[in-house]
Amino acid sequence: MAHRGRFPQEAEVIGPKKYNHTMSSFHIPTMAEMTAAGKAPEVLFWVGCAGSFDDRAKRITKAIARILNAAETSFAVLGQEESCTGDPAKRAGNEFLYQMQAAQNIATLNGYGIKRIITGCPHCFNMLKNEYPELGGQYEVLHHTQFIRELIETGKLRMSGDQPFKGRRITFHDPCYLGRANGEYLAPREVISKLDAELMEMRRCKQNAMCCGAGGAQMFKEAEPGEREVNHARTDEALETQPEVIATGCPFCNTMMTDGVKNANQESNVEVKDIAELIAEAADLLETPAS
Amino acid sequence: MISQLLFLLLLSTGIFFFAQRIGVIRRNIQSGRDWDGSDRKAERWATMARVALGQGKMTARPVAGVMHILIYVGFVIINIEILEILIDGLFGTHRIFSFLGPLYDFLIASFEWLALGVIVACVVFFVRRNGLALARLTSKELKGWPSLDANIILVVEVLLMFAFLSMNATDSIAQSRGLDHYVPAGTFPISSFLIPLYSGLSDAGVMAMEQGMWWFHIAGVLAFLVYVPYSKHFHIILAFPNTYFSNLNPIGQMDNMAAVKKEVDLMMDPQADPYASAPATDGPPARFGVKDAPDLTWKQLLESYTCTECGRCTSECPANQTGKLLSPRKIMMSTRDRIEEIGQSREANGGEWKPDGKSLLGDWITEEELWACTSCQACVEACPINISPMGIILDMRRSLIMEDSKSPESITTMFNNIENNGAPWAFPAGSRGDWTQEV
Ligand code: HEM
Ligand code: SF4
Ligand code: SF4
Repeated sequence: MAHRGRFPQEAEVIGPKKYNHTMSSFHIPTMAEMTAAGKAPEVLFWVGCAGSFDDRAKRITKAIARILNAAETSFAVLGQEESCTGDPAKRAGNEFLYQMQAAQNIATLNGYGIKRIITGCPHCFNMLKNEYPELGGQYEVLHHTQFIRELIETGKLRMSGDQPFKGRRITFHDPCYLGRANGEYLAPREVISKLDAELMEMRRCKQNAMCCGAGGAQMFKEAEPGEREVNHARTDEALETQPEVIATGCPFCNTMMTDGVKNANQESNVEVKDIAELIAEAADLLETPAS
Repeated sequence: MISQLLFLLLLSTGIFFFAQRIGVIRRNIQSGRDWDGSDRKAERWATMARVALGQGKMTARPVAGVMHILIYVGFVIINIEILEILIDGLFGTHRIFSFLGPLYDFLIASFEWLALGVIVACVVFFVRRNGLALARLTSKELKGWPSLDANIILVVEVLLMFAFLSMNATDSIAQSRGLDHYVPAGTFPISSFLIPLYSGLSDAGVMAMEQGMWWFHIAGVLAFLVYVPYSKHFHIILAFPNTYFSNLNPIGQMDNMAAVKKEVDLMMDPQADPYASAPATDGPPARFGVKDAPDLTWKQLLESYTCTECGRCTSECPANQTGKLLSPRKIMMSTRDRIEEIGQSREANGGEWKPDGKSLLGDWITEEELWACTSCQACVEACPINISPMGIILDMRRSLIMEDSKSPESITTMFNNIENNGAPWAFPAGSRGDWTQEV
């Protein structure tokens, strides 16, 4: 329950940052900087609110950024100019607020002449891809798992020789707004397959996957009275596969499943990680784990 | 001659009441808001062919799916037999198509097999409801009329099929005894097992029984015709238009409200004169979102009449699975009950609807139900006839927020945060890019 209607997680102590020796800190340009320098990036990385502010989700954001950097993708972010897509407002019934947000974001994006966007969040993905076009925002929009697949397939991103996830049991929780909403079940699975891991499908997956309980603005309120929390029920289904890792593709699912794993007292056995984090680790792009 | 007149009377009465009821439902559906389904015709026909005609989503639940296909195929094909019954009834002929010879034998034989299939399937459905009492077929929203309705349908279909088979059994006895105008026609692979039931009858008794079953069958079919549009069984017709008008967009795509767009455009337009008088609108200003059934689109009202009350949506709903009040099936049933009520009072009132101080949101559907939805679309995915309970839920939230300003406190906080900081949490917008310093 700790997540409901509350602030995102407090900063977790990760310990002194130790980057892999081949990696050094790099600069992520904003669109404003790029434009000032007379340059335009290949893609815009749309970070989203969770990815920008929530400490756990920021780790996912950084993993995506490291992947883009390692694959030598020319990318930029909007930084302070990015604003909520309006998804939680719209699905809670506040169409005005949503359309104000959309109008503002579309003005920003069109102002920079953005063509291709990758998002770190399926909700942003769905908004930008499906709901902005009619309001004047037309872009090619990819979820980060789709873009990572592209990077691997075109050889721009290579895994390191020793696979840290080889043979490990990973289950994937389909985010509603990537899966059912947009029919993308393959990209995340194909990316996971590059890890040489054992993909354990849950009883209910793909079209039939159960929601983590965060969508439709539930993330920002207490649940209605009932017998259980949705995320606890879904985490139980994930745990039935006896995974070592529960992989996600959405920062909200990540929060929900992490809470569920804690509730089941499984946090010492099961990690909840975004696919981007798994790939960044496998490609040797992360801080070496503090041992 | 008399029996021909009687038949004509029966037939026209049935058709009259059926047509009258269809008229009412049509007006009820048309009382909804506009919705444009005139685009992408080829895709629409293809969706209808796959989902309704082809029963494309039914076998996601294998037992119910396969049993249903038996009933469905049986019903559609056995209706060819109804054509013969109509002609015989009107012109006083007997088995008018028997001149087809071997083809006729084949047709009658396959009707009999299908009739057996229908009986088996109906019995299975009946047992699932009343014996095994599956959760989705016994939930509280089905108490009373809905479960009685379901059982009536199943029992009547079994009776109709039994009459059809008995008619054939007595007919074949009459044929073998060489009775008057019982020409040898048809083969009877199933009904022959019923012959012992009737073989003790006298010649007159056999003929009377054959005639009786014939009348029972056709009268039953006509009574059923009148009953169907009062029942969830109306899906046998509406499933086709409903799937034709399926949502063809990605199911996560929620519509942008045109009325809001107009206002936002005005606000964002630096050229707009803020002191100009509001643009003239025709008619009373439309409500934002859905408060009562006529605020829904006609498509959503059509969905409410098409719903089979199967509960596949509810059994996939994460809110319902975790014990929340929300049931997407109940959303559809409440919608239909409310538009029915409005329709009845409109019909009784010379075609004009006088507001009764009640509304779908509040009197039928509560805020607690609406706020439990995670917008996960599992209900939309599960529905075998492409109904979207979620669409109605989210449209009602729009009314709660934009008309009544009613929301849980934490939701109001989330709105304020987005408005002030561009994020649902209270972080300063200026720190949005801070993470880039940490890579
Ligand atoms: C045209 C002839 C049809 C007949 C005679 C027929 C008959 C029936 C009957 C008797 C039931 C009740 C089963 C129960 O009691 O549980 C039923 C349920 C149902 N029918 Fe039909 N139907 C027809 C067409 C269709 C079509 C075209 C569709 C579109 C896909 C459809 C979809 C359904 C669904 C979803 C249920 C609920 C079944 C479940 O999952 O439990 N039906 N139908
Ligand atoms: S969209 Fe809402 S009503 Fe439909 S299954 Fe999900 S939570 Fe239930
Ligand atoms: S909405 Fe669809 S799935 Fe739900 S009860 Fe009605 S027919 Fe069944």
